[in-house]
This record gives sequence, C-alpha cells and structure tokens, in this order.
Amino acid sequence: MQQTRTSEPTGRRVLDTDAPYVLDVRDVRTEFQLEDGVVGAVEGVTLQVRRGETLAVVGESGCGKSVMARSILQLVDRPGKIVGGQVWVPVPPIDPETAKRRRGLFSRKKAPTIPVVTDPDAPEGMVDLLASDPEILRAVRGKRISMVFQEPMTSLSAVHKVGDQIAETILLHEPVTTEDARKRAIELLRRVGIAAPEKRVDAYPFELSGGMRQRVMIAMALACDPELLIADEPTTALDVTTQAQILELLKSLRDETGMAIMIITHDLGVAAQLADSIAVMYLGNVVEYGDLAEVFRHPKHPYTRALLASVPKLGQSRGRRLEPVRGMVPHPFARPSGCTFRDRCDFAQIGRCDVAPPPLLRDDDGHEVRCVLYEEER
Amino acid sequence: MKEPTMRPDVILETRKLSKEFPITTGAWGKQVGEVKAVTDVDLQIKQGQTVGLVGESGCGKSTLGRTILRAYEPTSGQILFRETDGSVVDLAGLSEKQLKPYRRSIRMVFQDPFSSLNPRMTLADIIGEPLRVNTVVPEAAIEGKVVELLTKVGLRPEYLHRYPNAFSGGERQRVGLARALALDPRLVVADEAVSALDVSVRAQILNLMKDLQEEEDLTYLFISHDLGMVEYMADEVVVMYVGHIVESGPTEELYDRPLHPYTEALLSAVPNPDPSAADRRERIVLKGEVADPTNVPSGCPFRTRCAYAQDKCTSDVPELREVSSGRRVACHFAEELDLRGLSELGAA
Repeated sequence: MQQTRTSEPTGRRVLDTDAPYVLDVRDVRTEFQLEDGVVGAVEGVTLQVRRGETLAVVGESGCGKSVMARSILQLVDRPGKIVGGQVWVPVPPIDPETAKRRRGLFSRKKAPTIPVVTDPDAPEGMVDLLASDPEILRAVRGKRISMVFQEPMTSLSAVHKVGDQIAETILLHEPVTTEDARKRAIELLRRVGIAAPEKRVDAYPFELSGGMRQRVMIAMALACDPELLIADEPTTALDVTTQAQILELLKSLRDETGMAIMIITHDLGVAAQLADSIAVMYLGNVVEYGDLAEVFRHPKHPYTRALLASVPKLGQSRGRRLEPVRGMVPHPFARPSGCTFRDRCDFAQIGRCDVAPPPLLRDDDGHEVRCVLYEEER
Repeated sequence: MKEPTMRPDVILETRKLSKEFPITTGAWGKQVGEVKAVTDVDLQIKQGQTVGLVGESGCGKSTLGRTILRAYEPTSGQILFRETDGSVVDLAGLSEKQLKPYRRSIRMVFQDPFSSLNPRMTLADIIGEPLRVNTVVPEAAIEGKVVELLTKVGLRPEYLHRYPNAFSGGERQRVGLARALALDPRLVVADEAVSALDVSVRAQILNLMKDLQEEEDLTYLFISHDLGMVEYMADEVVVMYVGHIVESGPTEELYDRPLHPYTEALLSAVPNPDPSAADRRERIVLKGEVADPTNVPSGCPFRTRCAYAQDKCTSDVPELREVSSGRRVACHFAEELDLRGLSELGAA
C-alpha cells in the first residue's frame, strides 16, 4: 500500500486560550534604506502566538510578511533595518558551557545577563530580543524559535552533507558529542519521513528531491525541540501532492510535540488547512487578525473579502465569474496616504480613508480589523 | 500524401505523439538512454474551447505544449491542425519553411513574465515584432495595431514606448498576451500563464483570457498545476502522469467522478480555502515522488504510488480507452473502483 489515508477527519482543534505566549510582537517596524529613499517594509506589526497555536500570516508578495518573520529572529539582510518595536519571547535558559562554546574557546567576552526590564508594560518572564544581548538571541535562534525557509535548495548548504547540517544546530545548542549529534540527526530524518535515514544522512542536498529537501529543512528546524516554528512559504516551491505531504507532516509534528507554528503563506488554502488563527497583511500592516474560521466565514476588511473572492475554489467556481481585486499592489515608494488599501477598495470614503491611517478596531471575540467601516458598529 | 481526417469540430489533434530527449555522455555524446517526456499522447482540442492540462511538475505537460508548437521536434506521431478553409495538415511532417504560415495560428503565452520579455525592447517593439517578422501589416501601420492590442488587453496606449521593467507582473503578462494575440492566432498555448502572479492579480488575467476567448473565438490549451484554476478555465481536462495521459473528460464530470486513482489523489491534495471543509475532509496523501521518466515503471506508470495497484498493473500497460462518451481513462480497474470526486472529498 503506497497511499495512506488520514481517515479520521479531525474535528476542530481545541486550543488552550490561556496558554502563555511564546511570542509577543509589538509594533515592529523594519525599513529598507535604499539609495532612492526609505521603504517601510513592516509598518508596525503587533501579533501574538500562544503555546501550541498555529498562526497563518497571509498576504501578497511585497506585503512584508517574510520581512516581518525575519525581523523576529533579526535575520533581515542589509539594507534592511529594524527601526522600532519589541519582540518578547520567554527568557531562554542559558547553559554556561554551551554559551561559552558558541562564543568560541578563546573569547574573553563575559557570559550574558538577562537585561533588567524597566518597561511597566513588559510581560512577565519574557525578554525583548531587540533590546537584549546578542547572546540571548543566539540562545533563542534555532533552539526556542527556529525557521523553515521557502527555497530548500538555496537555504541548504550545497557543499555539506545534510546530516552534518542538522548536527551543526544540535552541537551549537546542546552539550553532546559529534556521534550523538549524528545519531539524533538520523532520528530526526526518520521523524520527518525520509526513507533509509542512515543512508540519507550522508547525502548532499542535490541528491534529494524538492520535497525531501524541505523535509530536511524541517528536520533541522526541529533539531532542538523548538517552542515555535516559523515556516516561511514552506510549500510554495512544491507540487500539490508534495505540498499535501509536507502539510500533513507539519500537522502531525505539531500534534506530537505541542509546538506553536507561524506559517507565512500567500495561499489561503494552505492557511485554512493548518492554522487556528490568521493575520492578513497588506503593505506592511496587519489589516485583519483573528480566529481563522471566524475570519474566513465573516471577513471584515475589504481586502480580506476581495482576496477570498478572487481565488477559484474547487467545486464552486463553475459558471461563476471571479471577482479580482482592482489594480495592483502599489509601488513601495508610492504608498497611498491614510489607508494603504484605499486605491483598490470599493468602499473607500473620500475625506476619511485618505486622511489618516484607519484605526485598529477589536471586537469582543478578539477579531481585529483596521478599517473605518466598522467604526460605527462600536 | 493522403490528407488525414479529423472530426469537424476539432482544431488540433495529436496522434501517438511522443517526445524523447536523449541522455548523452562523454566527449562524443554517446547516447546512454532517453527521457521519455511525452509518450503516445492522443489529444483532441475542439474549436473555441479550453482544454486544461494538469499534472505534477515533470509529468510532461509543458513538453507536450511545446511539442505541439514544434518548439521541440516530435520524436514520433502526428500533430493534425485544421486550417481556416477546413483542410487538415500534419504539422509534425512539415519542414521549418512549410511550417511558417502555421506559426501565426498557434501562439504561446509563457509562465514567467519577467524572463519572457526582452528588457531592452519597448512594448511597441515586443508586441510589434511578430507583426514585423510575418509582414502582416505594412511598417507604417504597426504602431496603430500595437495600440489596438494594448487597449484590448487593458493597458493604456501611452505605455507604447516604455520598457518592461516599468511594469508589474500582471501588466507584463498582459503584454505577453498582447504579443500572442498580435497575429490573430486560433490556438493559444498558455503554459502556467498566471502561476507566477499574485493571487489578487491572477483573477484579473484569468478573466481577461476568458473575455478575449469570447471576442476572438480563441481556443486555449491551458497548462497548469492548479486544479482550481483549471476548473475555472477549462471545458475539458486532461490529466498527465510521467508523459502519459491517464484520464481526460469534461471538467465537471471529471472533477465530480474521477476514474483514475491519480486524479482522485490530485483532487484530494488541493488545499481548500474553507476551514469547515478542511475539518470534514478525508485526504489521500500520495507517498513518494513522480516516477523517473528515464526509467518508467513497467506496466502502469502510476502503480508505484497507487493504493489500488494489483499484479496486473505491473505486467500490463493500461491502454487509454474510452469508457463513456468523452471520458477516457488509462486504468485496468476504472469500472470497478469507486473513486471519490469533489463532493465526497468534502470540497464542494
């Protein structure tokens, strides 16, 4: 039998709404300082992920979703620069031995200290990555929060065996021997569904197919049992059938380990498959944020509504005409004043939408929307 | 040469069309094997309709599209094309020179709007080039014709002297469409024409393609891996796997009641943007990868991944056969299997 049936169509996952946050992003801003001027890629994003929760961040290319995700772990390449905001994560335990090894044997730098938090709004037991010692960031990156990138061919090193690449992460974070790290790499490859992991551990990335490479990326991200996995378009470069495999894998790993996932995607279908909550981004802003089922059933923001109407749904597009979103995403230098979506919006009100950025409105269920249309409802 | 015959409503038909790419080695290019990209494909495209060609990457759908255009030389088989006067010609048997008039009738829209337009040419040159090369209109009238084409695809005539880098992906793909339509083609091969575009722009281009089809009486071969888009665009769907057609039929019937296990698995794999359906849904997740086209499995090429495979599938190659009017399938057990279509998969 070569097909598996996940025969129990699982009911809605029940989430612990009181679980502590594993990530609390507040008003993060990232700019690209180019020769022609400054492009604000992320314009104040605020969102939270609870333990075990899966958050989907959706939006078109250029909306800043990838830059936002990379800003969390400070992986933004120059000329990008994080210019504001806070990224709160639980304080990582720092083992002095591994920290020393990470610093290098001959480093004379002192062991890092957890910065004293003076901000009265600061959440309990958490540390702001943007304001703390790089050593803290290194203790979080790859261990507590890890990342899977879109293009598995370019994000894996072409000249190292995949097993060594996985073992590197383990060796960086845990006091284990090289042999133990290799054994764990084999175990991880088995966990992500790679056949004959004892052999594959010595394979180079070019010997593997796209789907297998993405599995290796996931194995690497899981190497240190992260609390949060950030997956940036993990299935975009893959076929539908392989995409289904990877999504199933992420689901089962999530249920097994209880880790939280932040999945960045442009595909509303992928979001609907996996996520509990959703944040819709447009030109650097989160325009709508809330429970996934609620947002899909009652989308509020005109952009979310337009996005949902412009995708052909299997079995529902017959004889019906798609309603595309008007126009296109504006050039980053030509960002409209006020609401950034107003140029393409069917409900834009002159004198209101073009004057000031729309307010962030939040209803009782925590469904947030950034649009003046809902101001009267309150 | 005796003229081949085709059904009167068919504009293009391939018969036993195959394309193999040699694998060579060493300094003398000794052939050590071949990639069987397209094997014995029988395909009919009716005038004024859209045929959707689906399959995973590496299944030969792009190769088939390009072989029909004779961008690739077919290894064997026939490509029958109906001329405007009703006579039928086999494009596969023509020399490059004899082929030239037919190049005007069959055009292509490419996948990547960023690499398929020359960055050093203005829109006037890009869209005007086919007109110039084929000398259909006098040099003085070219600009007028280009303006007309730009308007047709929803671009402003002022754009005439701009370069492609001034435009977004969606606009570039409109330019690609204008270029394809410049010579009033009758068949347009659209190879993943909207896959590189953003979701909100995709629908604009799909709708534009539909409108143009109606206005110009175009026939499309719409190649895509996205089953949702194919359902929206196509009247008939052809499913390919490792160079073979495994199933074909009218879109609605095929989606509602697939006859080949591969089609069932493909339909099941599409993520549906409806969370309530995602909960209810029972998914079939195919194991493994597309079979290697240099070493196609014996018997049925899909048997290595098929849940219903039996001994017969290893020994006998299933013929593509007509099971009911318009429905063809290449599976030994098509009648016995009760495969699930869209409604049972919980998508509709």
